[in-house]
Amino acid sequence: MARIRPKLALWKFASCDGCQLSLLDCEDELLTVAGEVEIAYFLEATRATVEGPYDLSLVEGSVTTPHDAMRIQEIRKKSRLLMTIGACATSGGIQALRNFADVREYAAIVYARPDYIQTLATSTAIAEHVKVDFELRGCPISTRQLVEVISAFLAGRKPQTPPHSVCVECKIAGNLCVMVGHGTPCLGPVTHAGCGALCPSYNRGCYGCYGPMETPNAPSLSAWLSKLGMDDDALKRVYRTFNANADAFRKESERHEG
Amino acid sequence: MAAQMDGATAILTVEGLEALLQAIQAHGYRTIGPILQDQAILYGDVSSTNDLPRGWTDEQDGGRYRLMRRGDDALFGYSVGPHSWKKYLHAPKLRLWTAERRGDDISVAPEPQPDDRLAFIGVRACEIRAIEIQDRTLVGDLYADPHYKALRERALIVAVNCGQAGGTCFCASMQAGPRVKQGFDIALTELLDGDEHLFLVETGSDEGRVLMASIAHRAASEDEIEAAEGVIERTESSMGRDMRSDDLNELLMSNLEHPRWDEVATRCLTCANCTLVCPTCFCTSVEDVSDLTGERAERWRRWDSCFTMDFSYIHGGSVRASAKSRYRQWMTHKLATWIDQFGSSGCVGCGRCITWCPVGIDITEEVRAIRGCDASAEEPQ
Repeated sequence: MARIRPKLALWKFASCDGCQLSLLDCEDELLTVAGEVEIAYFLEATRATVEGPYDLSLVEGSVTTPHDAMRIQEIRKKSRLLMTIGACATSGGIQALRNFADVREYAAIVYARPDYIQTLATSTAIAEHVKVDFELRGCPISTRQLVEVISAFLAGRKPQTPPHSVCVECKIAGNLCVMVGHGTPCLGPVTHAGCGALCPSYNRGCYGCYGPMETPNAPSLSAWLSKLGMDDDALKRVYRTFNANADAFRKESERHEG
Repeated sequence: MAAQMDGATAILTVEGLEALLQAIQAHGYRTIGPILQDQAILYGDVSSTNDLPRGWTDEQDGGRYRLMRRGDDALFGYSVGPHSWKKYLHAPKLRLWTAERRGDDISVAPEPQPDDRLAFIGVRACEIRAIEIQDRTLVGDLYADPHYKALRERALIVAVNCGQAGGTCFCASMQAGPRVKQGFDIALTELLDGDEHLFLVETGSDEGRVLMASIAHRAASEDEIEAAEGVIERTESSMGRDMRSDDLNELLMSNLEHPRWDEVATRCLTCANCTLVCPTCFCTSVEDVSDLTGERAERWRRWDSCFTMDFSYIHGGSVRASAKSRYRQWMTHKLATWIDQFGSSGCVGCGRCITWCPVGIDITEEVRAIRGCDASAEEPQ
């Protein structure tokens, strides 16, 4: 039975590819995904491409070059819905550390001929350049959430990706709170849920891979973290990882800049 | 050797308690109680007294919990931990129904009701009170939660009178403990005196009496009954926190614009931990999910909290957008409007919301500040 399947495209910007690999990682669901949507543009999976426009564009990575900044405009034009996947695309990623430094200095250290490098001074989220219909958080994204978002897109419903704290996931899982119980610093109370409280489930503090939760109160958490022994430098660094450029984390790290 | 148990008190040894656990299991119950896990005392399956946290205790304060060794072999020598029995009676996640589409047909199958028989071992007075409060909320009205009801009706409660008060305990202020007065099948008081390790036993139901009659025990002596009284009185007089509770409804509702709400909002993380560890908080959200093919859909219910934005989202946005309004909503509901709604306070003084707040916000301190007699009110943290 011939039916028209929605066309799905996957676009890469500055990133490690981990998030698009999450789609290939879907394993049990992968063939079903391929049956329900036409995978029209996904270079990591296949060289064969189909012309746009696309019904759903998944965008991985951040904008770090003048070429990227132009390319995302073109992609937006040929995408009915555009969804960003992962910390790079939603906040600028780990490479947004350049936003706190001089990227020319970095280039001079890394490249033999830095004058060959055409790069922007900042790494920025896709939403700073074009309208984004939905942002899926995580470094990397969760395959479970990716399947949920694609399922919701196909059904025309709202995806279930709650923006509350990681603490809610810990409590639902029955985890012991590592900060209260062990004194382990944890970003869970200010971090967006989605990972299923992966690190606290293994008695580690949360690293904030999913970026700020809906109403983060990072200054209050920092005050408590400093009681647990973290100094300003440690506090600055704890917020400057995969979501360093996310508003709440950036502001909080800047508050602890010496 | 089985004696009659007609509200009389009996004595069990540790071996006797083991026999009681085995008898409960032989009656078809899954026995659940305190266990040592991840450096804390949590609730999990216990098959014998060897699974209980023998010789352990805890130290609790705002935002801080530490496990410690005791100098004896007490089996119940600690206060309540982060888990509460609502984890079993009012599950964190529950599928409500599954729908399947075959061609043009859609079939909807409700989740079958549970038929587990749960025996809770080591339930404290404040926890019994919390279960009674959830009974009122979840089955006490026209619309009863069938899952809760099914589990609750079959549950067996083996209570324990607390042998010590925790650093954040204030059950005495809320008239919820530490003495177990009702709502139990069997109630224990642990007696530790030198080498002697005994449990004074009271029965509170026919099933409790039948269970006790099935195992070897002896009658309690006057001295033992007195010793057990002493244990409870000592606990009652050593509460880590206290809170005047006779006027909370009027106090809070006449102070809805008190500056303390703004102050506490600067510390509150709106992370929801207080509500999720609270043994009486009952709020949930319902989520519908469908699979990739659209042939199968499920409706799930999961714990939610008045601290999340989605929880109070109605068209146009969240009704309680600020941290101030959400903290105020939680505290005034717990301590004040709960009384209007359900006829009792929603707080049992277990102290979980104080201990498990990641930044140690203390509900008793907040009440004191609003009362206006807190010297540290202007100096947070």
